[in-house]
Amino acid sequence: MQLIKDQQIIDNTWQYIADDDELRAGDISVSFARWQCDKQQLLAHEGKLGVRMSSTDSADELAEDLEKLQLIELDFPDFADGRLFSQAWLLRGRYHYQGEIRAIGHYIPDQVFYLARVGVNAFSPKVCEELPDIMNKLNDFTVNYQRSIN
Amino acid sequence: MYQYTDTDQNLVDQRVAQFRRQTEQFLKGELSEDHYRALRLRNGVYIQTHAPLLRVAGPYGLLNSKQVRKLAHIARFYDKNYCHFTTRQNIQFNWPKLEQIPDILAELASVQMHSIQTSGNCMRNTTADHLAGVCVDEIEDPRPYCEIIRQWTTLHPEFDYLPRKFKIAVSGALHDRAATQFHDIGLHLVKNAEGVVGFKVMVGGGLGRTPIIGQVIKPYLEKKHLLSYLEAVLRIYNLYGRRDNKYKARIKILVKESSLAKFSALVDKEWLQLKDNNELSAEQIDAMCAQFSAPSYDDQAAEDQSFAQHQITNQAFATWVKHNTADHKIAGYRAAFISLKAPESPPGDISDDQLDAVADLADAYSFGEIRATHRQNLILADIKQADLFALWQKLAELKLATPNIGTATDMICCPGLDFCSLANAGSIGIAKEINEALDDMDYIHDIGDLKINMSGCMNGCAHQSVGHIGILGVDKKGTEWYQLTLGGSSENNAAIGERLGPAVAKDKITLAIVTILDVYIKQRLEEESFLDMVSRVGITPFKEQVYATH
Repeated sequence: MQLIKDQQIIDNTWQYIADDDELRAGDISVSFARWQCDKQQLLAHEGKLGVRMSSTDSADELAEDLEKLQLIELDFPDFADGRLFSQAWLLRGRYHYQGEIRAIGHYIPDQVFYLARVGVNAFSPKVCEELPDIMNKLNDFTVNYQRSIN
Repeated sequence: MYQYTDTDQNLVDQRVAQFRRQTEQFLKGELSEDHYRALRLRNGVYIQTHAPLLRVAGPYGLLNSKQVRKLAHIARFYDKNYCHFTTRQNIQFNWPKLEQIPDILAELASVQMHSIQTSGNCMRNTTADHLAGVCVDEIEDPRPYCEIIRQWTTLHPEFDYLPRKFKIAVSGALHDRAATQFHDIGLHLVKNAEGVVGFKVMVGGGLGRTPIIGQVIKPYLEKKHLLSYLEAVLRIYNLYGRRDNKYKARIKILVKESSLAKFSALVDKEWLQLKDNNELSAEQIDAMCAQFSAPSYDDQAAEDQSFAQHQITNQAFATWVKHNTADHKIAGYRAAFISLKAPESPPGDISDDQLDAVADLADAYSFGEIRATHRQNLILADIKQADLFALWQKLAELKLATPNIGTATDMICCPGLDFCSLANAGSIGIAKEINEALDDMDYIHDIGDLKINMSGCMNGCAHQSVGHIGILGVDKKGTEWYQLTLGGSSENNAAIGERLGPAVAKDKITLAIVTILDVYIKQRLEEESFLDMVSRVGITPFKEQVYATH
């Protein structure tokens, strides 16, 4: 499936490994819990590493590991759950994370302008048809009132 | 008054365009009901019993004549010739058509107005003392800080999907007229030991289902830290506020369940990491204060003799001056309340023609500015005493001079069952009935300072729990009943009213109010206000009489 990264439509090169699945070659992401448990094994894996955060996971607990991670997925359980907006801010603003932060799950295209402002730079659509809508809505505003990440 | 820059105007225009696209997508079936609901709420659009309701922001209650004429125009062309002022100094239209709302928002944007974040689980319109900048007991004008907060809260990317709504109020006077102790964050401008003005910060206050008085979280915050401190509180709330139960999702529950000490420690830990990177500079503050500089007052205003003379010769005028005007910091000026509580009209409602007339009066007598109060009236804040008589005559012709400000018939009232899909019981009809029962102005003036607040359901939009007399509509097996509370207050002596007893049937509620007032008249001490008497004697004498007659 394609996604948007840095305002470009690109192919997804990452695969998510469920907690009960074997690790696979290539760029993989795992759950926050699996990362906490199997860190050493994962670091031995060849390929890039990512962690999938849910809205109850804390960026503070990833702070020490951020240099080892090339992707952090923010998995929205529901678009109304705004905790991940703050987690994204913390990752960028407090811990200066430089890798990809990708919104996945049940966020809505009408939130991508805000998500981009708090530091999310990649957006995985629910369906491919959403891609143009997401791209357009990244540019809903050209002005803003307050400082954030972007 | 604050004037939009290009940034403000672009932001509001782009918001209108965004909402227009969202509404088109919804009407074409490309946006689900659930998703559109969240988006329309953040633009002040509710779906009510009869039609959508549009809530327009009145930033800290301040409007100019051009904006008021625009409200009149919208009422006339898009609605049913009236609008309604709310307890958050906002303006509601009850009958717009959904497909026309983007056009209405474009009309509002043309006069520097919007409806952004007037509902939804986000930061709402910041409210302030309605006498800001003119009252005699002011430490500092709160409005520049309200505008700084307005800008900071508007389209804040991190805090637009909070656990629940979030309300901030600012007071700059000794007397708290902004109910700051009943807000998610209440800010009170105070002086420290060195005489430097900063903020006392209160957190976790609120009304609604679980009324709680806010607690002081920072006795003194330097002005330069205002936004970093707000950011810290909001981040902690966004991360830790409950999302499992919407009735427990306000910050007041987080503060209560975690304790103020623990909550405060979390906020401080966050704030210490932010505070040095996000300071308000003295230049920023000064520039904003300059936007609210005093108008060019007439320094001869106090020399007028006609004002005193008219009060001697015209009793009705004298009564209006006594009840509907307030002292002004400039000699020879007074602030004049426009009562939106005429007996024949629902509390807070005003017609298109009245709006136009009020705009004209503001231009003629009050530097073109109008304020909305959280008790659902309007104010012309800068009236020369020499002009008060002419103003009163014109307001009287417009039925906007009922001399009842701060009295029993100056009720706060929500739209109730007549309009609101949440309501359990009617409120406008009850207000009318109470008004009819209390039709003797002398009696009302004899009762004196009394705040009756009535909500049609426990969401408490009309702040019944802090009314001196609170009336709460409840549903009992499909019929409308009313619970009474006594002794609430939203001012410095903040208190939550005590429940009088079992709910009263709809056809007995007016009698119950009259009975309560009779008990007060008979048992008060000399010069004792209703609220003072309730705190002296408790609810028992009232309870005995109210339930004896039923």
